[in-house]
Amino acid sequence: MANSDVKKFIVYSLFMGILIIPMVGLPSSGFEITRALLVWGVFVAILAFWLLSKTIRRINIIKRAAQNIAPFQGRVSGNLAKVPTKIYLAVLLTSLALYPQVANNYMVDVGITCLIYVVLGLGLDIVVGLAGLLDLGYIAFYAVGAYSYSLLNLHFGLSFWSCLPIGIVFGAVCGCIIGYPTLRMRGDYLAIVTMGFGEIIRLVLNNWDKLTKGPNGLLGMAKPAINYPTFTDGGLNWVTYSLQSLHSLYYLMLTIAVLTVIGVGRLNNSRIGRAWVAIREDEVAAELSGVPTTWLKLLAYAMGAGFASVAGAFFAAKLSYTNPNFFIFMESCIVLCIVVLGGVGSIPGVVLAGIVLIAVPEVSRELQNYRMLVFGLAMAVMMVLRPEGLIPASRRKRELHEADA
Amino acid sequence: MDTPSFLIQQLINALFLGSIFALIALGYTMVYGIIELINFAHGELFTAGAFIGLIVLAALQKVGFVESHFWITLILVFGMAMTYVAVLGVAIEHVAYKPLRKASRLAAILSALGMSIFLSNGMMLSQGVSDRAYPPIMGMEGFSILDARITYGQVFIIVLSLLLMVALQLFVNWTKLGKAMRATAQNKTMARMLGIDIDRTIRVTFMIGPALGAAAGVMVGLYYGSVRFDMGFIYMIKAFAAAILGGIGSIPGAVLGGMIIGGVEVLWSAFLPSEWKDVTTFIVLILVLYLRPSGILGEHVSETRV
Repeated sequence: MANSDVKKFIVYSLFMGILIIPMVGLPSSGFEITRALLVWGVFVAILAFWLLSKTIRRINIIKRAAQNIAPFQGRVSGNLAKVPTKIYLAVLLTSLALYPQVANNYMVDVGITCLIYVVLGLGLDIVVGLAGLLDLGYIAFYAVGAYSYSLLNLHFGLSFWSCLPIGIVFGAVCGCIIGYPTLRMRGDYLAIVTMGFGEIIRLVLNNWDKLTKGPNGLLGMAKPAINYPTFTDGGLNWVTYSLQSLHSLYYLMLTIAVLTVIGVGRLNNSRIGRAWVAIREDEVAAELSGVPTTWLKLLAYAMGAGFASVAGAFFAAKLSYTNPNFFIFMESCIVLCIVVLGGVGSIPGVVLAGIVLIAVPEVSRELQNYRMLVFGLAMAVMMVLRPEGLIPASRRKRELHEADA
Repeated sequence: MDTPSFLIQQLINALFLGSIFALIALGYTMVYGIIELINFAHGELFTAGAFIGLIVLAALQKVGFVESHFWITLILVFGMAMTYVAVLGVAIEHVAYKPLRKASRLAAILSALGMSIFLSNGMMLSQGVSDRAYPPIMGMEGFSILDARITYGQVFIIVLSLLLMVALQLFVNWTKLGKAMRATAQNKTMARMLGIDIDRTIRVTFMIGPALGAAAGVMVGLYYGSVRFDMGFIYMIKAFAAAILGGIGSIPGAVLGGMIIGGVEVLWSAFLPSEWKDVTTFIVLILVLYLRPSGILGEHVSETRV
């Protein structure tokens, strides 16, 4: 181990000790020094592991091993690449479709939540991944969808299906209202303004007692229903089948998610998608090449908002309940984590991250508590070490690793 | 309640809140000026300062030090909170910002945001989710002007924050390090050529800015009597609005912006329904960005940068 690494290790560990021990060990009510030392120990262990791996890399063990593995790895990935994508998709879809048949009710519920977050993640991916605009108030559009369905259903008795397009329009209009003044800003201004906007929506929902019943929330919306024709007693009749069971709601959400994947995938490869990528890469150049940047940025906002709105309407319909506290800033962060950890701009990455990041913490209460801690750290580490995400989009990967090539 | 005393009371409130926002906004503006990045973790640094102040204060109170040495206690509380947060600020810079200095802007913002989420949840897990009470050491003694009651605690906090701002202005304008900071903010490459240690300058910025935020955190704790792990969020957005309003990158601008935002908020809650007061700040922020993105005292450079 190199001398400088040892020095680094000692200095960093001491720094961590100074930072961790007072904060963790002295929760003003008591004195929890063992807990503090434990947390410190975990961090020092991570640090030691990191420095060790660096040292090992330096003395070429890994490099030699990698040389031995490389041909094998190449063969495996080559063979994997030969399997057509359609087969992967078919396997994935079949397993998702069969999932409720093998899982219990709780797991089906978790599955629905995962799919909702997949849709949210994909919608945000349009804004962040394709157009490169950081939106920290994304959950506000989810709230708009949920509340527009709830209010329209409670006051006017509109059905889920007729509320969907209305909700999308509301969401898109909200997206444009916030987008129009802020899209001239640079990325970091935009981030804070959208963050503020998300809070405004939540505060309005919380304070506008007459319309939204404030923090108590709205209750008693109808579940989505399907009408189908029968020919039993003398002619054509329409039968209304309300999607009450978790299973039917799961299939509805799965349909929405699949349609979203298809939609975002098509957008990604369309003329509009390429224009978004151009804006992300270099706005000035895009503008000079005749890309109407302002309109397209607004469109990205509106489309992202539309997808969130659909997810929100479904969410409200599923629970038959909404309240403003479902739409706090942390929710925006979770969606953003899904996009970032999965790979900015990568559809399979976002789908996978949505499922993993939502499902894994459900395993235990302990994990739930530490979830955001890990997500936050993972986000920072990911940006430093592997900014393209777990499953990178091919375009994005090339762009981020330009310097290495 | 007669009007002049009410107004004076509100004025004191506005001054207090304004100084808090100004102190936090200074942290933003300094960091932004030097690396052109919004330090998303700043709100959490502010909260961390409040917690460390609380820890030190509670410990000193337990051994009965507060009654015997009041002023030393205050110095210790502020000093320890500011030192701790300065170290934390440098650590964050080293871990989350430094490796990304050349990377894309989105990557840097996301890394900062990740740090912010990490810190806020770390504080939640270690310090608990409920409000923590600050020991009321400031007491209720004070004096009256036109029937308006002003405590010595309020006066102390306002004076201290003004002193900190003046000290910062002097530091930036008259010391060698301050000069280095201004040079780095203007042109990094040129500053490096002229022999300024850029890394060191950025480190110093990441010490001073968060330390001011920590002081604001302790003040909030002393004044309102409680702290909470997520209180940094709302202060962060408001202080950011203040920094933008004054013109980001400008130190007097941050102070002015903080005072205006504080004043608007206090006036609003005095005369209009106070549950909407947070909304007004956001609306001010959006209006400023819309009408004059370079802020009141902002340099016109920012128009090309925006």
